[in-house]
Amino acid sequence: MNWRRFHRVALAVGAILVVAACGSTSTSGGGSSVDWSKQTTADGGGGMSALVAAAKAEGKLTVIALPPDWANYGQIISTFQSMYGIQITSLNPNGSSQDEVNAFDGTSRAPDVVDVGLSVALSSASKFAPYQVKEWGDIPTGAKEATGLWYNDYGGYMGIGYDSSKVPAITSVSDLLGSAFHSKVALAGDPTKSNQGLNGVIMASVANGGSLDDVSKGVDFFHQLKLKGNYVPVVGTDATVKAGQTPVLFEWDYLSASHGKGVPTWKIFVPSNAIIGGYYSQAINKQAPHPAAARLWEEFLYSDQGQNLWLKGGARPVRQAAMTTAGTIDATAAAALPAVNGTPQVPSGDQTSKASAYVQANWSQAVS
Amino acid sequence: MIRSRRRKLQIFRYTVFLVAALFFLIPMFASVEFSTRGTGIGAPRTLDSWKLIGSTPELFAAISASLELAVITSVMMLVLVLPTMVWVRLRLPTLNRVVEFICLMPLTVPAIALVVGIKPIYVWISLNFTDSILALAFGYLILVLPYAYRTLDAGLGAIDLKTLTEAARSLGAGWGTVMLRVVVPNIPTAILNASLLSVALVLGEYTFANLMNYENLQVAVAYESLVDPGTSVAISVAALGFAFVLLMVLSVVGNLRATPVGNIGGGMP
Amino acid sequence: MTAAGNPAFDTAARPVSGGRRLPSLSWLGVVPFFAYVGVFLLLPTAIILVGSLEAPDGSVTLSNFGEIFKPFMYTSFVNSVQISVVTAVLGAVLGALLAYAVATGNPQGLLRRMVMSAAGVFAQFGGVTLTFAWLATISTTGIVYQFLLDRGLNMYPGNDIWLYGLKGLGVIYLYFQIPLMVLVFIPALDGIRPQWREATESLGGGTWHYWRYVAGPLLFPSFLGCTLLLFANSFSAYATAAALFTNGGILLPLQVQALMTSETGSSQPGLAKALALSMIVVVLVVMSLYTLLQRRTSAWLR
Repeated sequence: MNWRRFHRVALAVGAILVVAACGSTSTSGGGSSVDWSKQTTADGGGGMSALVAAAKAEGKLTVIALPPDWANYGQIISTFQSMYGIQITSLNPNGSSQDEVNAFDGTSRAPDVVDVGLSVALSSASKFAPYQVKEWGDIPTGAKEATGLWYNDYGGYMGIGYDSSKVPAITSVSDLLGSAFHSKVALAGDPTKSNQGLNGVIMASVANGGSLDDVSKGVDFFHQLKLKGNYVPVVGTDATVKAGQTPVLFEWDYLSASHGKGVPTWKIFVPSNAIIGGYYSQAINKQAPHPAAARLWEEFLYSDQGQNLWLKGGARPVRQAAMTTAGTIDATAAAALPAVNGTPQVPSGDQTSKASAYVQANWSQAVS
Repeated sequence: MIRSRRRKLQIFRYTVFLVAALFFLIPMFASVEFSTRGTGIGAPRTLDSWKLIGSTPELFAAISASLELAVITSVMMLVLVLPTMVWVRLRLPTLNRVVEFICLMPLTVPAIALVVGIKPIYVWISLNFTDSILALAFGYLILVLPYAYRTLDAGLGAIDLKTLTEAARSLGAGWGTVMLRVVVPNIPTAILNASLLSVALVLGEYTFANLMNYENLQVAVAYESLVDPGTSVAISVAALGFAFVLLMVLSVVGNLRATPVGNIGGGMP
Repeated sequence: MTAAGNPAFDTAARPVSGGRRLPSLSWLGVVPFFAYVGVFLLLPTAIILVGSLEAPDGSVTLSNFGEIFKPFMYTSFVNSVQISVVTAVLGAVLGALLAYAVATGNPQGLLRRMVMSAAGVFAQFGGVTLTFAWLATISTTGIVYQFLLDRGLNMYPGNDIWLYGLKGLGVIYLYFQIPLMVLVFIPALDGIRPQWREATESLGGGTWHYWRYVAGPLLFPSFLGCTLLLFANSFSAYATAAALFTNGGILLPLQVQALMTSETGSSQPGLAKALALSMIVVVLVVMSLYTLLQRRTSAWLR
């Protein structure tokens, strides 16, 4: 039996059941008969005002894996809630991108929208509904799927955050091999599981002579760190940073920025010879329980206001170039971003898979 | 009891308690110490992290949901598991190993794997019956099975179940009376401990609720933890304290039951 | 003392009708339990089994079961079994000692209630918070480490920080293994009668004889069962290890988690399920050994 077909049939049956259930308890705001789950643009359903009305009638939105201090999502969520009066349920804040897609279970508690890494976006595209926001043209071609199944939202560069009161200033990645860093260097996630962890290893690889296609130098580097006793296998979090257990942490620069709350002496270093960029992507659940609210959320995120909120969180919004030209960018927030001299490199889906396969096979032996 | 033996026993007890207290309480103390740290070097102690607990309104709904789940699960456990164990011991001893293994199975795989199997069933329940978080009780009872079985088994093994039930039956007691007035009062510790474990498990359970998109106490705690590093530790310690108080209340209430038939426990040499 | 399987009583319990048992009525008694377990445990296991036959491209295959014998899976397997056995045995022994200390006290006393409640809370404690509590205690920035260091005692001689390895994880696991043992074993201890001690003494035996020949053998089946529970508990625990280690799936549950939720493109749910099923097989094997051992040591009870 072909499992893919089985899943498709099961999904179809599930979708029929859900639509039937939704149909029986349809929006009490009687007039609109637009099925927003089929709309690929706001105009298709009658324009922004119709979308807003339909979303308000739905009254709820379910999001997933959005910690409040991740790229300022806390403020984004509360702004959206107060602007439209739509109540947001935030599920599984510590979930991985794969968890987000795994949560699509066809019930009314499933998430409506997701914010996932590239690998998951590519592998789960069949579960998304295509949609193009008003500012679709501002998103570069390489940063979106052609029909609108997924589209980049914000990104950042892999950096090394460190507590300058505990370790000397870092000027290059190889500094970390020094004796001043004994038992201090950690990752924010396991590279065999976490997108962030993997990109940390990729960055170390590029900084040590490797490339996006060759992550072995990165694994070797961490092996060296382990031999010198500088590597701490603990998962770095806000708490471990504040407690001083992980004073040097490989993580996205916008996440590092939020650690400044607990540690005033926290600094971020992005190596100029290894600027690894990573973008996350938005997507809408094909069986979203609240399709109009989901689409309104996307419109909000890609509006100038939404993009600037991400910028405030230290992330680089995908429309940054277009907004800077148009002058709608939040200049203070843009200036506060860590300075980066050099050309960023962004691993493609294939490069990430290749790196991931290598890491899966070699990481444990290298650092255990 | 001979005095020297009594004294040796007391020394043993106090040593054990002292070592246990150090081992278990010091990490808790370390956590609390961290949660009261201020920001920056040399900053004064502060309760700010603690004050941030309860900053989300969902926390209270989550607490009450978890409490209801704890009660439902414990009651279901006692009603379903205990009579079955008694019945198997008395009437179907060949099934003993089967029941034992089944009750151990939920603990053999990580919860994330178990969730994958149980999720389709919950989706079916959600679509056909109810969306309520209380449906989680069925899944929680499965998680509780290993602990409940082992505790009740230790208790049932310590009494002469056959003789007691035969005596009661020969005096004309129905099975209901046998269960409620003969078996239960003779294994008070086992029942209490099984209930304690069930309540503690439900209050501490995170994976099932999280992966099935429900919001119980631990899910709400996880969300609030992200507010501030100190708060993440503070709220977890607070949740532990809350569970502890609850279990103390439960053990006091549980001990108000009828005195056991036959000489059990107390005055143990 | 355990009366299960005692042939004399079995005969007495059977209804008199030609000496044959009426099976159907007895089996009715276990229907509710098996119905519930069938839907919520056996059916999910079947679903996992079906899922383990699925290859990444969607076709049916048995290759997942072959994958689990690869080298790095094997290391995880060995690590998992090792840490489970060690924490189970250590936890059982230390927990039994603590349980005994509690059981010999006032059964209505406040101390007993507090220890039981605390045990209940700690037995289910785990994950990030537990890991953090231990990091705050004995990591290189921990208060106990600093305390001892100030007095000249380095917990990590030679700078080998064992906290970050399986030894450290074992110590952390004991934090919930010991309370669990206390809770599940105390009902057995409560069943000890003072008459046994008196009988031993009247025959001239001391403490050693009492434990070696009377109380020990009577408690041993229960003790074994509780150790088995501790083994399974440690074997499938993962939240604590996941918070402590970023060095890959060095334990089986971590491997399962990585294969299920990896967001780097290496998630293989079919393989994860095959691995989960193999864990059930491992516990089945351990349980058979336990059954054998228990049968041999309680043969004299029949």
